Amino acid sequence: MNRYPVWKYAILVIVLLVGVLYTLPNFFGEAPAVQVSSAKSTVKVDTATLQRVETALQAAGVTADQVVLEGSSVRARFDTPDNQLKAKDAIQRALVTDPNDPSYIVALNLVSRSPAWLTALHARPMYLGLDLRGGVHFMLQVDMAAALTKKAESLAGDLRTTLRDKNIRHGGITRDGDAVDIRVRDDATLTAVRNLIADQFADLQTTSSPDGDGFRLRATIKPEAVRRVQEQALKQNMVTLHNRINELGVAEPVIQQQGLDRIIVQLPGVQDTAKAKDILGRTATLEVRMVDEGSDARSAEMGSGPVPFGSEKYLDRNGQAIIVKKQVILTGDNLTDAQPGFDSQTQEPTVNLTLDAKGSRIFRDITRDNIGKRMAIVLFEKGKGEVVTAPVIRSEIGGGRVQISGRMTTAEANDTALLLRAGSLAAPMEIIEEYTIGPSLGEDNIQRGIHSVVWGFVAISVFMCVYYALFGVISSIALSVNVLLLLAILSMLQATLTLPGIAAMALALGVAIDSNVLINERIREELRAGVSPQAAIHAGYERAWATILDSNVTTLIAGLALLAFGSGPVRGFAVVHCIGILTSMFSAVFFSRGLVNLWYGRKKKLKSVSIGQVWKPEGAAARSVAGKNQ
Amino acid sequence: MEFFRIKKDIPFMKYALFLNAVSFITFALAVFFLLTRGLHLSVEFTGGTVMEVAYTQTADIGKVRDTVSSLGYADVIVQNFGTSRDVMIRLPVQKGVTSAQQSEQVLGALKASDPGVTLRRTEFVGPQVGEELVHGGLMALGVVVLGIVIYLAFRFEWKFGVAAVIANLHDVVIILGFFAFFQWEFSLAVLAGVLAVLGYSVNESVVIFDRIREAFRKYRKMDTREVIDHAITSTMSRTIITHASTEAVVLSMFFFGGPSLHYFALALTIGILFGIYSSVFVAAAIAMWLGVKREDLVKAPARKEGDPNDPNAGATV
Repeated sequence: MNRYPVWKYAILVIVLLVGVLYTLPNFFGEAPAVQVSSAKSTVKVDTATLQRVETALQAAGVTADQVVLEGSSVRARFDTPDNQLKAKDAIQRALVTDPNDPSYIVALNLVSRSPAWLTALHARPMYLGLDLRGGVHFMLQVDMAAALTKKAESLAGDLRTTLRDKNIRHGGITRDGDAVDIRVRDDATLTAVRNLIADQFADLQTTSSPDGDGFRLRATIKPEAVRRVQEQALKQNMVTLHNRINELGVAEPVIQQQGLDRIIVQLPGVQDTAKAKDILGRTATLEVRMVDEGSDARSAEMGSGPVPFGSEKYLDRNGQAIIVKKQVILTGDNLTDAQPGFDSQTQEPTVNLTLDAKGSRIFRDITRDNIGKRMAIVLFEKGKGEVVTAPVIRSEIGGGRVQISGRMTTAEANDTALLLRAGSLAAPMEIIEEYTIGPSLGEDNIQRGIHSVVWGFVAISVFMCVYYALFGVISSIALSVNVLLLLAILSMLQATLTLPGIAAMALALGVAIDSNVLINERIREELRAGVSPQAAIHAGYERAWATILDSNVTTLIAGLALLAFGSGPVRGFAVVHCIGILTSMFSAVFFSRGLVNLWYGRKKKLKSVSIGQVWKPEGAAARSVAGKNQ
Repeated sequence: MEFFRIKKDIPFMKYALFLNAVSFITFALAVFFLLTRGLHLSVEFTGGTVMEVAYTQTADIGKVRDTVSSLGYADVIVQNFGTSRDVMIRLPVQKGVTSAQQSEQVLGALKASDPGVTLRRTEFVGPQVGEELVHGGLMALGVVVLGIVIYLAFRFEWKFGVAAVIANLHDVVIILGFFAFFQWEFSLAVLAGVLAVLGYSVNESVVIFDRIREAFRKYRKMDTREVIDHAITSTMSRTIITHASTEAVVLSMFFFGGPSLHYFALALTIGILFGIYSSVFVAAAIAMWLGVKREDLVKAPARKEGDPNDPNAGATV
């Protein structure tokens, strides 16, 4: 009765082999490497890049252990961090000709030392979380209300232009929150405006109400358009973050959407966290607006009067107040490039902007109509606007090439260009969660985690072997198989291992051994009741199974709830916890039974089993048997 | 080796009233401390900035506190973290100052007084995230409770489901009570530990319930009280050994896991100890008082031949 058919053993062997295979890469450790990836969507990393890297290394006299093209990046592995640094400099010199506009990102990285044949089988080591390898983590919240307000503002501007073009007279267009209010005098105009909106502004829906002696037409953004605006804002912000992070040269940045309005950024291995925070924290948006040069605005500028309606007050870099109209002419969306440079005549540092087609057209019209007036370029960082420059328009500017100059240092020009080039954000973002883990703490955490698991494992195994003799040995083997499978599955899933994950692994040992204790205690009980050894093993496993299933399902319910509602560290814990429960059912029941069957199954006249001492109270056996006979 | 040589069933249920009074008092105390002292929540819940810095020699906490306070932070907590050289600084959320500026400002000030200081870790959490975490945590708790009641009602009987959940929620409250009384830091990891304990100690109750069901079938002459006593006595050995093993791992985390896992392991330790107590003494007693009967569990006609859950399957008479 205690025999497994061959196919069951075949399954066990195959599972074990696969387990070993996929766990292996975790033991090879990591080697210093240099990673080259593309910094622009137009630049492809391919075999040509690989060759360039190889020649650069040869020229510099640095020998790499391995240079491979993996996905969209070239990785060169080195024996020492020293060579790694030398190689990075060499590759940087060879591939990046213009440091202000790099085509490639050359970054330091760590890659697994596992042999190529393992990698070919997609057997990769687990991905270590930031708490184990060091780095920076940010969670950014996109201000969706601001994105909508901005959209409404630009729609209001468009409406104004269109109504003017069509010669429809209105009593004023104002933005109220996310809605645009248009005042009209009579019925005919109301119908005309309404038809125009229905025709040309698909994103708007209108309602009208009487207002004084005329009407007020309120245009709101349609719900589906709201969704689209929000999606686009999030996407654009993610692209922008990508670009900014590219400037930082991080090997494996993680930029993920979380929920509807959040973005997670993780920069593993980043040492210069201050710089990273600085670049990412600058949630800059750019707007071009006209300077209000009315007399009210003048006096407001001097601080002697209120800011006129329809205008706002901003400070420039020197702290000088400038009154700027609320109406936005251009936003960062229309900007395609920004480069630092020098003015050919004054040798002053400048920032040269390139606009897209729509932007160029608007810019040309505006500059043509407003010669002699001042235009302000406002940079919004963290909700605060600052006038970068407010030059006087000298002539019509066509072709979409704009030069910003004015009291900037070279460093400031570089910074401004970088910020603008990295793309401005569709909506402002705020860092709502952030953590930085130094590399030394990461290593400490790995050590601590491993020690916890190893010593816990040793304690349990020693006890099991002493208390349950051979069955204890089998339980310990099953327990180590559990760890092996857990590691293998986590590696296969390429799950991110964190410190709470390691804690869950340690806890999984405790939960897994429960099944074996249940089984072993049951077998002892059967033996105590006077059942023959073979029958006792059979009954022990069979009867314990129902209990094991029930108890594991309840534990799993808790694990799944954690997975569903937890975030961050709790999730890392929950993933390992849940997988650990599943693997423990396999190893503690199926696998350990296999070992027991292998050892005892063929012995027909089994007299005793090695499960430690089985103590029999007088009379207990008799009662148990009597109970059965009822 | 055999630790447990119990000749007769121990009449646990005779003391049920006394034991439940004990747990009720513990529970009431836990609630009292939770209400009066409250939990010392980590920044993950409250929002704010935590910095961990390392000094080359033993750090002078007082001096660090003075340095940080001189920057104008009101509610600063400065304490050792793990070793005497590591210091944890906790700053409240400040409007208008980003966490990056905060941590750099503090680190700059600390470097000015001792250039050997290095930043090990910073953590900043905005207040809105904290609210969500509390919400998520409560949701998780609710789902766990509901899920377990439903599962146990389906597998056993609703009375067992309710009994198990009451008993184990009582564990959760007691763990929280400990954290409130000692003002240990309650972090996300501790929350995960507490919920894991909930699952884990329900598991304990399930083992006992399983035995109760089996004993109801096997021993027709025993009454409910005797059946429960028998079930608890016969799982005693397994209960102690399993929990001792789990506790061994938890202690290993407590001693080797470093400060990050310290409170996590502590929560698990309390949870495991009270888990045994509540499953053995509270859950079964509640089930008894809810009026579990043999008829609730033994539904003879529904059993099919070869049902794996039937302990009599394969038994020849």
